[in-house]
Amino acid sequence: MRIIIKAKRGLANLDFKEIWRYRELFYFLAWRDIKLRYKQTVFGIGWAILQPFVTMVVFTVIFGRLAKVPSDNIPYPIFVYAGLLLWNIFSASLNNASQSLVSSANIIQKVYLPRIILPAASIVVSLIDFVFATLVFGGIMVYYHFMPNFEGLILLPLLILITIFVSLGLGCFFAAFNVKYRDVRYALPFFIQLLIFVTPVIYPASIVPTAYRWILALNPMTGVIETFKAGIFGTVPIDWMTLGISAGVSIVFLILGLSYFLKTEKTFADIL
Amino acid sequence: MPNPIIKVNNLSKCYRIGVQGDRWRYKTLRETIMDGITAPIRNFAKLQNLTKFGTSDDEKDVIWALKDVSFEVNEGEVLGIIGNNGVGKSTLLKILSRITEPTEGFAELRGSVSSLLEIGVGFHPELTGRENIFLNGAILGMRKREIEERFDDIVAFAEIEKFINTPIKRYSSGMWVRLAFAIAAHLETEILLVDEVLAYGDIAFQKKCLGKMGDIAKGGRTVLFISHNMEAIRNLCKRAIWLDKGRIVKRGAVDEVVRDYRDNQIKRFAGSSYIVERNLEDVNNKSFYFSHVEMLNTAGEHTNIFRYNERLVLLVDLVGYPATRAYNVEFRIHNELEQFVSIGSSAFHGLLLNKNTKRLRIEIGPLILTSGRYTISLSAVDSVTGIRYDDWVRCGAFDIVECSPFGFGHEIPTNREGVCVLQQSFRQVE
Repeated sequence: MRIIIKAKRGLANLDFKEIWRYRELFYFLAWRDIKLRYKQTVFGIGWAILQPFVTMVVFTVIFGRLAKVPSDNIPYPIFVYAGLLLWNIFSASLNNASQSLVSSANIIQKVYLPRIILPAASIVVSLIDFVFATLVFGGIMVYYHFMPNFEGLILLPLLILITIFVSLGLGCFFAAFNVKYRDVRYALPFFIQLLIFVTPVIYPASIVPTAYRWILALNPMTGVIETFKAGIFGTVPIDWMTLGISAGVSIVFLILGLSYFLKTEKTFADIL
Repeated sequence: MPNPIIKVNNLSKCYRIGVQGDRWRYKTLRETIMDGITAPIRNFAKLQNLTKFGTSDDEKDVIWALKDVSFEVNEGEVLGIIGNNGVGKSTLLKILSRITEPTEGFAELRGSVSSLLEIGVGFHPELTGRENIFLNGAILGMRKREIEERFDDIVAFAEIEKFINTPIKRYSSGMWVRLAFAIAAHLETEILLVDEVLAYGDIAFQKKCLGKMGDIAKGGRTVLFISHNMEAIRNLCKRAIWLDKGRIVKRGAVDEVVRDYRDNQIKRFAGSSYIVERNLEDVNNKSFYFSHVEMLNTAGEHTNIFRYNERLVLLVDLVGYPATRAYNVEFRIHNELEQFVSIGSSAFHGLLLNKNTKRLRIEIGPLILTSGRYTISLSAVDSVTGIRYDDWVRCGAFDIVECSPFGFGHEIPTNREGVCVLQQSFRQVE
């Protein structure tokens, strides 16, 4: 094994072999995050079920009943929950990833590891949450005697993949950006909270006037969530174009995010 | 010469450090408001510059932590790296660990590397000892299988069998340190970069760690070892390099380098109490007293730091007229435990001092004393009646900094090993 150390110019390459060698560490970091979440709690993993459930109830009461937001003739709880399912992967991943470097500063400064592992591992937790949230979703559908459309379930892995691409891309970007400009910690959560309103989670895209639909389409999560709802509910045909845009944008985000991350990686230990 | 396993070539690293900005001064309200508004712009520029370095070499806030460092290490060698704090030792190891990048130069390592810059990296207080062993081991680069294989050894070394399933936030600091070191001690890569990780724990544990380091050193692995413990450096390393202000000042056989480093330390830190004026309040009514004493070595240089077997010179000034025709001057030496170590007197040498004596030169040595701090007190005594004309207690202090008289690196300090070390020899006989 031969390691050459010298000042690198320009873009660092993504060394897949090295990342594969460090796969166990990736696993351990994800395992650590999961373990830590529920240490010394009574309900433990039960909270993973409770949280999306309660959000759904609150949204149903406020948006479904009081504001009477239309929901394409689907019971509102199911409607909003379907949107939240994928949305939560995105928002939790992005928040965790953006803080992953700063919170692991002591590791970065004392040991070598391919830094990309840190934001990547922080995304795993939200995927685990997703699994539990899906169980709750199943329970809700049973309660409402609702039969999901097969198409939605088939497309789900693809939709999750697109969500991961977006989260990883933006997560790596903000993680790296946060190292130098710590404003991210304050701006990002706030920005994500606003973003949910520009995504058809709480409302169907149909209530947005056609002239402005394109704004929604720019948001890659729009295509993902719209497609999932269309696929599961079967009320509206799947808009393949929006999905295509989402997929394309997610790949772009991934490439740009990784590039920025790799470019700034060499300075992390110096300015954390 | 076989291909060296570590090759370092002109490695340099610069950093931007924070410099004290405009001194705070009273600002007008207008100035304060304007400063507040333009702050984001200034902050942004400052942050941007964190990673940019201009070409002008004399930017005030840019320092070269390492400059043109080059050396080679052969397989199986243990190289010591010594120097004061802040000279670049840790930076060098950080670069070789790939944690940070060099600004110039390059290095080549031909083997698997693990670095020990700090123990317990990644430890989380909420996780149990067992969980932290896996986490920390993985962070240090061990495979899961390797951790499982070494798990029992690690726990045994750390002596925490009973507490392995308790969250480490409940551990005492000693247990914490033992666990952290135990994990690190079981790394088995070809190259090991170690930064001062022996300074933890109680004496018994430190001895254990040193022993383990010794095993590693003898086991044929290549080690770069930073330490302030000259004892450890001399025991573990055959060669050493001495860094100062980012450059290599000396390299070579470990004893030579350590000796030069020690000499340099002595010169820099010797106290200024080798020229002492008598406090006149002490003297008030005396017609005859010691006024001034200077401490030197045999080369005539002022110092109060000596090594075992060296000689000490006192120059003593006397003022006034003694009310006697003949008197003696005595010195007494006490060690840091206030034990009376030794006495000397002009009387022992048949020298009688009278009113014409204004200055005395007293040479004391060879100083066969254990290392530590000593004080000297002077007195002037009537040679017939024994009346004391003057006592100047603790007029001077000196240190014996190195007492390893027989060349095997064994330091003999005062507080446990007696007042002096007599010449001695050991030999096996049939």
